[in-house]
Order: sequence, then structure tokens, then C-alpha cells
Amino acid sequence: MATIYIPSLMRDLTGGKEIIHIEGADMRQIIANLETAYPGFKQRLLEEGTQRIKPNIAVMIDGRNARRILLDKVNEDSEIHFLPAISGGI
Amino acid sequence: MSQNGHKVIGTRPIRHDGVDKVTGRAIYGADIQLTGLLHGAIKRSPHPHARIKNIDTSRAEAHPGVRAVVTAHDLPQIADKLADLGEAIVNLRDASNNVLAYGKVLYKGHAVSGVAAINLHVAQEAVELIDVEYEVLPHVTGVLEAMEDGAPILHEDMKTTSMGEETDKVSNVANHFQHKMGEPDDGFAEADVVIEREFTTQTVHQGYIETHNATAHWNEEGQLTIWTSTQGAFSVRDQMSEILQMPVSKVKIVPLEIGGGFGGKISVYLDPVAALLSKRTGHPVKMTMTRDEVFEGTGPTPGSYLKVKMGATSDGRLTAATAYMAYEAGAYPGSPVGAGAGCIFTPYDIPNVQIDGYDVCVNKPKTNAYRAPGATNAAYATETVVDEISEKLGVDPLEFRVKNGAKEGTRRADGPVHPRIGCIETTEAALNSEHYRSSLAKSGNGKVRGRGVASGYWFNFNGGRSAISVSINPDGTINMLEGSTDIGGTRASIAMQLAETIGLEATDIKPYVVDTDSIGYTDVTGGSRTTFGTGYAAHATGQALIREMKERASKLWDVPADAIDFEDGVFSYRDDAEKRGSFKELASQAGDAGGPVVAQVSTNPDGSGGGAFATHVVDVEIDRETGKVDILRYTAVQDAGTAIHPSYVEGQMQGGVVQGIGWGLNEEYIYNDEGSMTNASFLDYRMPTTLDLPMIETIIVEVPNESHPYGVRGVGEVPIVPPPAALANAIYDATGVRLRDLPMSPPRVQKALAENGG
Repeated sequence: MATIYIPSLMRDLTGGKEIIHIEGADMRQIIANLETAYPGFKQRLLEEGTQRIKPNIAVMIDGRNARRILLDKVNEDSEIHFLPAISGGI
Repeated sequence: MSQNGHKVIGTRPIRHDGVDKVTGRAIYGADIQLTGLLHGAIKRSPHPHARIKNIDTSRAEAHPGVRAVVTAHDLPQIADKLADLGEAIVNLRDASNNVLAYGKVLYKGHAVSGVAAINLHVAQEAVELIDVEYEVLPHVTGVLEAMEDGAPILHEDMKTTSMGEETDKVSNVANHFQHKMGEPDDGFAEADVVIEREFTTQTVHQGYIETHNATAHWNEEGQLTIWTSTQGAFSVRDQMSEILQMPVSKVKIVPLEIGGGFGGKISVYLDPVAALLSKRTGHPVKMTMTRDEVFEGTGPTPGSYLKVKMGATSDGRLTAATAYMAYEAGAYPGSPVGAGAGCIFTPYDIPNVQIDGYDVCVNKPKTNAYRAPGATNAAYATETVVDEISEKLGVDPLEFRVKNGAKEGTRRADGPVHPRIGCIETTEAALNSEHYRSSLAKSGNGKVRGRGVASGYWFNFNGGRSAISVSINPDGTINMLEGSTDIGGTRASIAMQLAETIGLEATDIKPYVVDTDSIGYTDVTGGSRTTFGTGYAAHATGQALIREMKERASKLWDVPADAIDFEDGVFSYRDDAEKRGSFKELASQAGDAGGPVVAQVSTNPDGSGGGAFATHVVDVEIDRETGKVDILRYTAVQDAGTAIHPSYVEGQMQGGVVQGIGWGLNEEYIYNDEGSMTNASFLDYRMPTTLDLPMIETIIVEVPNESHPYGVRGVGEVPIVPPPAALANAIYDATGVRLRDLPMSPPRVQKALAENGG
């Protein structure tokens, strides 16, 4: 199972847990399973009615930026972070 | 052959665009002349915060020579939604309102109307004839004041968001986020030394020499062409498409040479206005900003407030760190506080960390990127606290940094784990440098001298999308089309990577930066991504050419393609030594075996493969009577991964240092009580010149980036990060007084010394 690091401001959804483990072969499955286990993540992470990450959130899988359309593959030992997207007109 | 075993990479060929630039032949925005060209000007707000009650353009429209006047009512009304435009995350409604104010003006200099006339003088006269009725509102320009309850509210409908979740609080705080790792309280309890300090930094501009410009032609078929100075032609195309609500296929952006950008030439300002004026008149319309318009109407980097606390054990191990970071976003949300938070403790391995970031709207221009956006503010705080801890522990500040330095496997404070990086290597190179090992002689003129060091980090963005299109000439040279605008020698650095891959000389590649109709989507030149990301595409293009040339050789030699090898620039058939030829030799015949040889490649690497680290050493001399700080010697050490063109790496390092010195010692937007910038010219906004500084010495460290075929790391951003902190530490070394407010200008230094007996 992939290891998900929950940002402190989303830990209200996980009962305070900082690290959780979720099954999934790609990011879509990960987020679907995350939503099942801890309802509310989809609303926090995805643009309404889409399978796209909100532009102000960045997903990192094993230190690499994931694509917003969530097609990136996830391994059993992957580490996933949700971070504020770097903005400021870079 | 360069020292790194490459033939081209690591050498210093003359840049491809050099002759055009030094002879004045290169075409910049101001050079554009078109038949029937009209000239535009902008009416700007005199108030930092006001409601627009009415705009009367009738007198301007009646003025002889005026051809059109536009306001925000001529722009489509845009939904309040975020869009990812390349590497920029933009609220489209805010972007539109920043181009032409709708309802309210939010900073002095905010554009409210545009005029097109037969010449610039008439356009400027007409601007004065536009009557705007304002209801002046209270304003706020300081970040902490803007966060207070009861502060003037810029956006009455804006509520604070936390990691995508909107709260119920209407506030100037657009966003609050937090990174937390371990238990900081426990970490501080373990520490023998704990230092907590507060810092402020001021608004600073990128100071590019060439001002913003745009020439637009909206033709009868609805096709819009923009000639402009930009870091990202495709980003401009996307912004135009969204702001004007028109298909991207109807917009063509022609990027011209760029006289400096440093992050400030990604957002559009004039382009949509010029487009509207062109649509209205049927003529091309050219607009160019004055310097004061650049200062007051475009995006600087933010002022900020930071509180940093760090703790270490008596044996010199960092145990915990916390940071409170409040950055000014300017008129609309989107400061680089997120980037600053990702950098603030990243040169260190600290087990317990908490970082709180706040993005705060104030009545100043919407901030924009500036070299390693957000990181310089952050490093100013962290690196001076680290200096103070080192002093308290009685250890050398660079040895302390080596001992606590981040390395492969270290978890960043914002979560991810570092891949192979060169943090410790750069610090060790600084420690062992001739500069640091030398002693600093005392001043013989009554002044005092000191030495300071500081480190810095920048992510380097994730490669991004790049496209390259090449065609091989019969003489074996290559025309290379790219979408990356060249702001720092990237024509050369990308061409060199292609040349290296296929065994040619850099001069055999002819690079051209082309318009958005002529090449595939390419992300902005920014975030230190281009030599990495578009270089990645250049390598892939070379590989594609090798495959194609093997196919051609296979036909010419009547042998299987998979039995042809390519090594040291020569194709050869394994079973017959006579069947061999260099790339150039084959190129002369290849067209006969399948037509012209061309290749198009696009790439989108998964990540930048770890960021860039730098450590700087500076010697200063201070006049205690005047507070003036002179730089005696400055050495910048930086990990470049692999230096493709060492001269341009050194140039980026030196340029970043100079801008960081300006930020540290002199530069700031000075506002009066009316919320108006009082120093909007290069006479009054003090940037360093060649007369102020010695030659900046450079030491390039090469820890190859495992995510790039040649080991490249971006180099353009991180050199601006350490200078203010290194200078503050040097000033302390000289005077015994710590300065925690930027800039450390003569009045501030003199005052601090007087107050502290330094």
C-alpha cells in the first residue's frame, strides 16, 4: 500500500493521523480509496465534478510532481504528498 | 574536450545570438514597426484603494488623433476560477481585473483605461482627458496591518482558504497553510540553544532594463497576433485566450528578444489592452511602459514578515525549527509564500519542523515571480538565526551547516525526500575556498570590516513541457526551432546539448526561438527549468536524429539499421569498416534516402531531480558614521549539476548575487502615507551598478542530477537567495549589531549602530 502524508490542515479528515496507507495503482484509485476511508478528501483535493487536482494543490509521488489529471502510476512503496502548489507567477 | 569527458558540454562557445545583440540588430519590442501602427497609453489610478463610480471617456474620444478608448467594460466578464497556465496558477477574474480595473482600483498605478492614437504624444494627452470619479477608500500596504481585524478589506467576497477548504472569515488573508513534521515542542525541549527572531523585508522589483511592451494586431478574420517581450509565449497565448475568451487557435504570440525578465515577464499587462484597441480600430496598436509604470503597475516581489525559531544541542545538532511566514500578495492573492515555505529550512536536516504560511492581500501591485520567488525572504531569516546559533555554540558557521546539511534521503520540511543533491558539497567547497580560508585584513581608514556566510535553496521546477523541431541541412548543420525564450543564454545551452548528443559543434546548430504557431507547447522560461527541461528535449531530439540517420545509412549502405552503431559522432556498420561516416558526411547524402531529415520531439520530465543549493561568502567594510556598506569581496558557490556552458552559469551566479546585494542593501518600494510609491525611478530606486561592486567570484560545484541525461540542474534562481543573509551576518561580524529588517541601507545601518553602540 502507498504511504500518504496528510498535511496538518487536512488531518481533521483523518482523525489527526499524519500518515496513512492506501491501496491503489494510480492516483485516481488512491483518491477514490482515500475518499472511501476518510470522506471529504475529494472535495478538498479535486476540482468540482472532475478528476483533476485543484490548481492550488500539488501532488508529489516519490518526490516527483504528479500530473493534475491523476494518471500517474503509484507503487506499493510509493510516498505521496499533498502540498500547496507553488504560485506567484513563476 | 572539456574536463567532464564531453566534447561540447563544459566548453565556452560564443553565444549564437551574441553578434546580433552587441551590434543592435536583435529585435526587441520597441523596434516593432507595422503599417498603420497606432500607439497606446494607459490611464492609471492615483489612489491605492478606491471604488470606481464612473469613467467618462468622451473628452478623450473627441480629442483629435484618438482612435479608440477602452475600459474594463470592454473585457469579457470572467468567472472566479483558478487556471493552471503553464507554471503560473492564475485566478482568471483577478488576472482580468488586474489588466483593467473593474469596480475598484486596488493600488496606485492600477490600470483603468487604455487609449489608441496616431502617436504616443496624442495618446498620452488623451489619457489626461479621461475623467474617473472615485470613492476613495482606506488603504493598507503593510502585511501585518492587513492581517489585523478591522483592516481595510480589499476583496469583500474573499474568505481565507486553508489547503483548499474555504473558511467563513472575510479577510485579506487569502490562504493559510501549514507544514508539520515531528514534534517541534519536543525538539525545542531537547535543545541547549534556542533562538527566536523576527524579520521584515520590503517590496523589491526585478528591475529588468527593458520595460514591458506589446504590439497587437487583430485582423479582419479574427486572428490576433501579439509581438511582445515575454518569458513564455505560450503562457501569454493562454492568458490572452482566457482573458479575451477566444480560442487559442485564434491567438499567435511572437516572442521578441527580452531585455531581462527574472520572473517579472510572465503575466500579461499591456497585451489584452493593445488587443482590444486593435480590435476596435482595425489597426495594429503598440504599447510600451515607462519606468514608473513598470514600478507601479507590474508585479514586484513581496514584502514580508517572518518569525523563525530554531534550536540546537550543545554538540551542534539542530533539533527543531518553526517559522511564521506572512507574505504580501499585493492586490490579488498569489504571493510566493508557498515557495518560500518549501525553501526556508531545506538546506538542513531537522527532525521537528512546523511552518505556517500566510498569503495576504495589500494595496500594492499584484506580486510576481522574482528569481527563486519567496526563498530570499525566507533565507534572510533562517540563515541569520543559524549564524547566531553557530556563534552561541562557538562553532564555525560553515562547519555547522555541513554538520546539519541536507543530503540524499533527508526529508524536506514540507514532506518529500531529497534525491541526490549537492547541499553539503557546496558548503564544503565554500569552507575550503581560498576566500574563506584567507584572513580579512583590518581597515586602515577607520571603517570596520566583517565576513558573513549564508546558504540557500531553490526547488528548480519540474522540467515542464518543451518542444523542439529540427531540420538537417545538406552540409550537416541543423536548424533548431524552440519555444523557450532566451533570457540567459539558453539558445546556446540547449544547442550545445543537441550538439553533444549527435557529435557536432555548438556552432553547427542554429537555434531559433519561434512563435506559438511554429512549435509545440513549451512552458515558460522560468523557475530554472529551461536548460534542464528544454535541454532534456534537445537530448531526446538528438536521439531521434540518430535513429533516423541510422535508417538513412541503412538504405545508403544496404545494411540492416540495427547493425549500425553511433559512437563519437560517427555512424559505422559493424561488419564492414569501410561503411562509416560522420553525421555531417551522412547528412550530405541522407536526403536521397528518404527526403529531408527532420525531427520533432516534445518532452515533459517527471521532475527536476532535486533542487539547487548555494553557499556564499562576503567581506564588507562599513562606515560607522554614514552606515554605508561596501562589498570588498564576494564568492558564490553553487551546485550546477553539470555546467553546460560554464560562462553562462557564472553569469547567472554573478547576476543573481548582484540582485541579492541590491535587495539586501538598498532596494525597496518606499510608500508615503497616501499609499503612493515615492521612488518610482532608477534615480531613486537604488540598484547596484558596476561602480558599487567588485568582480563576483564563482565556484561551480558539479553533483550530477540523476534525472537529466547530462546531469543538468537549473542555475538561474538560487544565487539570489543567500546574499541578504550573508550581508547581515557580515555586518554583525563587523559591528556586533544584527540587522533584521531589509534593506540594510545606510540610514538603517547608521540608526542601528547608533542605537546599539555598534
